[in-house]
Amino acid sequence: MSTETMASDSLELKPGLAGFFDDWSSDQRAFKGVPWGKAMMWIFLVSDTFIFGCFLASYMTVRMSTLEPWPSPSEVFALSFGGAPIPLILIAIMTFVLITSSGTMALAVNYGYRKNKWVTFWLLFVTALLGATFVGMQVFEWSKLIFEEGVRPWGNPMGAAQFGSVFFMVTGFHGFHVSIGVIFLFIFSYKVAKGHLDDQTPGWFTKRGGNYEEIEILGLYWHFVDLVWVFIFAFFYLW
Amino acid sequence: MEHIAHDETSFVRPAEVGEMELYHAKTWLGKYVFSQDAKTIAIQYAATAIAIGMVALVLSWFMRLQLAWPNTFTFIDPAYYLQAVTMHGMIMVVYLLTALFLGGFGNYLIPLMVGARDMVFPWLNMISFWVYFTAVLLLAASFFVGGGSTGAGWTLYPPQAILPGTPGSEAGILLMLASLAVFIIGFTMGGLNYVVTILQARTRGMTLMRMPLTVWGIFVATVLALFAFPALFVSAIMMSLDVLLGTSFFMPAIMTMGSEAEHVGGNPLLFQHLFWFFGHPEVYIVALPAFGIVSDLISIHARKNIFGYRMMVWAIVIIGALSFVVWAHHMYVSGMNPYFGFFFATTTLIIAVPTALKVYNWVLTLWQGNIHLTIPMLFSIAFLLFFINGGMTGLFLGNATVSMPLSDTLFVVAHFHMVMAVAPVMVVCGAIYHWYPKITGRWYHEGMARFHFWVTFVGSYLVFLPMHYLGIMGVPRRYFEITGTTFLPDSAQNVNASITIAALVVGVAQIVFLYNLIVSAFNGKKAPGNPWNATSLEWQTETTPPGHGNFGKELPCVYRWAYDYSVPGVEDDFIPQNVPPRNAQAEGAQ
Repeated sequence: MSTETMASDSLELKPGLAGFFDDWSSDQRAFKGVPWGKAMMWIFLVSDTFIFGCFLASYMTVRMSTLEPWPSPSEVFALSFGGAPIPLILIAIMTFVLITSSGTMALAVNYGYRKNKWVTFWLLFVTALLGATFVGMQVFEWSKLIFEEGVRPWGNPMGAAQFGSVFFMVTGFHGFHVSIGVIFLFIFSYKVAKGHLDDQTPGWFTKRGGNYEEIEILGLYWHFVDLVWVFIFAFFYLW
Repeated sequence: MEHIAHDETSFVRPAEVGEMELYHAKTWLGKYVFSQDAKTIAIQYAATAIAIGMVALVLSWFMRLQLAWPNTFTFIDPAYYLQAVTMHGMIMVVYLLTALFLGGFGNYLIPLMVGARDMVFPWLNMISFWVYFTAVLLLAASFFVGGGSTGAGWTLYPPQAILPGTPGSEAGILLMLASLAVFIIGFTMGGLNYVVTILQARTRGMTLMRMPLTVWGIFVATVLALFAFPALFVSAIMMSLDVLLGTSFFMPAIMTMGSEAEHVGGNPLLFQHLFWFFGHPEVYIVALPAFGIVSDLISIHARKNIFGYRMMVWAIVIIGALSFVVWAHHMYVSGMNPYFGFFFATTTLIIAVPTALKVYNWVLTLWQGNIHLTIPMLFSIAFLLFFINGGMTGLFLGNATVSMPLSDTLFVVAHFHMVMAVAPVMVVCGAIYHWYPKITGRWYHEGMARFHFWVTFVGSYLVFLPMHYLGIMGVPRRYFEITGTTFLPDSAQNVNASITIAALVVGVAQIVFLYNLIVSAFNGKKAPGNPWNATSLEWQTETTPPGHGNFGKELPCVYRWAYDYSVPGVEDDFIPQNVPPRNAQAEGAQ
């Protein structure tokens, strides 16, 4: 489609900024060459950004307005190895795992567009496993906080009750996002392995033909979830 | 029409993508219940929204009955009154107007007006409706649970929203929050569809600046909704956790019923900020589609191009952007920093500029137009009158210092009903009458429609105009009963009674409206495909009502904007958007 030129002189773009705006507001598509699903995912992610933005703003507000002292994250989230507590060690590993999964996801998108079925499958599968590992470590972290430290959504022995409330709410909401992503990563590794994307097999619900663009769309979501984690990491563990 | 000598396609680019795959349902269930056709989904949305809206209308009768003749109707106790106030507000704003404008008109008009076969994700669109339907069921369920629906006021301010003593603090508030969260999920599915369809699925030649203003209004409103609803979603989750798990996001340490509540250290003001960060854009989510639709109605029924099309588009965009930085003007009396008040008063008044610009342009479109006093035109003029009135009182409430004494009086009620309740409802009615021949293929009963218009128009004015005076006198809103006050003359009660009588009459007139819509759909006169001689694409379909896929074998090509009315030198007083220019020199407008 990009090789096609416009049919007449009257449709040629003006040079410079005017041409830019004309192109952007031209007919059929505002974003040339962007498939519908990809445009949808981008807009959804902006909307989702507002959700996480509101969560983080609320977190900062309650943290500042509570009168009780805020528990120190470097003590609460420390793990002991060989007797000495190492601050944030679990979080460091979790972050490493998630960022690595972003790398494998990016490779999967690349190999998907090359229609390299089996490499794509393995990369997606590894991404899914890394994501599942992240969720597993989060479960470990939560259970340690709940059962060993006595942190509850409504209170904790270390200080402000809101510490547990926002922590469980925001990391839970993020973990939910990761879990959804993991489910879809497994679904798409299955679809890739079965050749649904090569054969354009109709989707289970939408009845539309499969396409390797879907891997990129899934990748957008996955990178977004990673990016959100970076902010959660900074605001919850480093502040 | 004379023979077209040149190659038409030289005026539009070739198609960039192939035809979209349409899903053709084979079963009755797939065609009419779980339909993936945007037009069917639109009617489902509209019917559900109007049905729950009628419940809210009846609730307003109960409020008015109590206010007019206190303690005459024994089934209305204070708790019941507060519940009626709350549910009336929430249903009307979110479940009726938002759903009707975006889910109803958005679904029906966007694909037809931009020349698409359907929404880009028909399956998601279908799910969107059923999620919305679930939200409505959850909301309706709260009428029947123990303790009844919530009576916290539609703003649901904590701490009182969830403390014992407030009606519905047992289960009603939770059902309300759950319903809102589900609504937002469903809306997001639909909203993504509307935005992507408008951005990426227009037909050949349909540039952004050739789209009818209806599409622009719905588009910007949907973008606002996608960015504003998250704040409500987050606050609904946090308040649910406060109720369910005993967290203290919004709950400070507080004495309730003589004992200390278990909450400590929360921030009630946070909820207000989150709520109004959603709540103010919400006003424009309702208003912008109304602005867009009314622009088209005025232009079509005055046989004149809309005055200042580009200005109108940019005004919509600027209003949309500004609506995100005015939210705290709802919170002048909340005790926030006075400098914030100054900031938000300033931004609020700035928003009056693009809004006034739109009003001038509507009036200038009517100026020396060939005005046909059809039903849609009558409703459009009524919209202008209500909107100008409501906009004027907005100046009082936008200024922090003037607003404070008027806070929580009936003046506020009168203002927002004028500007964002009655005005958009006028557009809803006008738009339904306008597109009715296209949607059903039949005419409504003209006499009943005129009766409906005059009773609704005059009646609504009789309801809300006197309310301004009551508000300035200091009559507070949301009060069950005002007795034994010295500052109110007895005549205030007479005004209240007259308002109630008008409200009851207006309500009954809506039954005529619905009767007309339903009966005419089967018994009305057959309508032609383009009865109003309108230019936009939905009137140029092969069949009326449009079939699955909207257009015939080929999608229409667009050669001009949607406002070629009374073009000099052209025999007909309109040129449809898909009529090619007669020759390369006289390309016509746009």
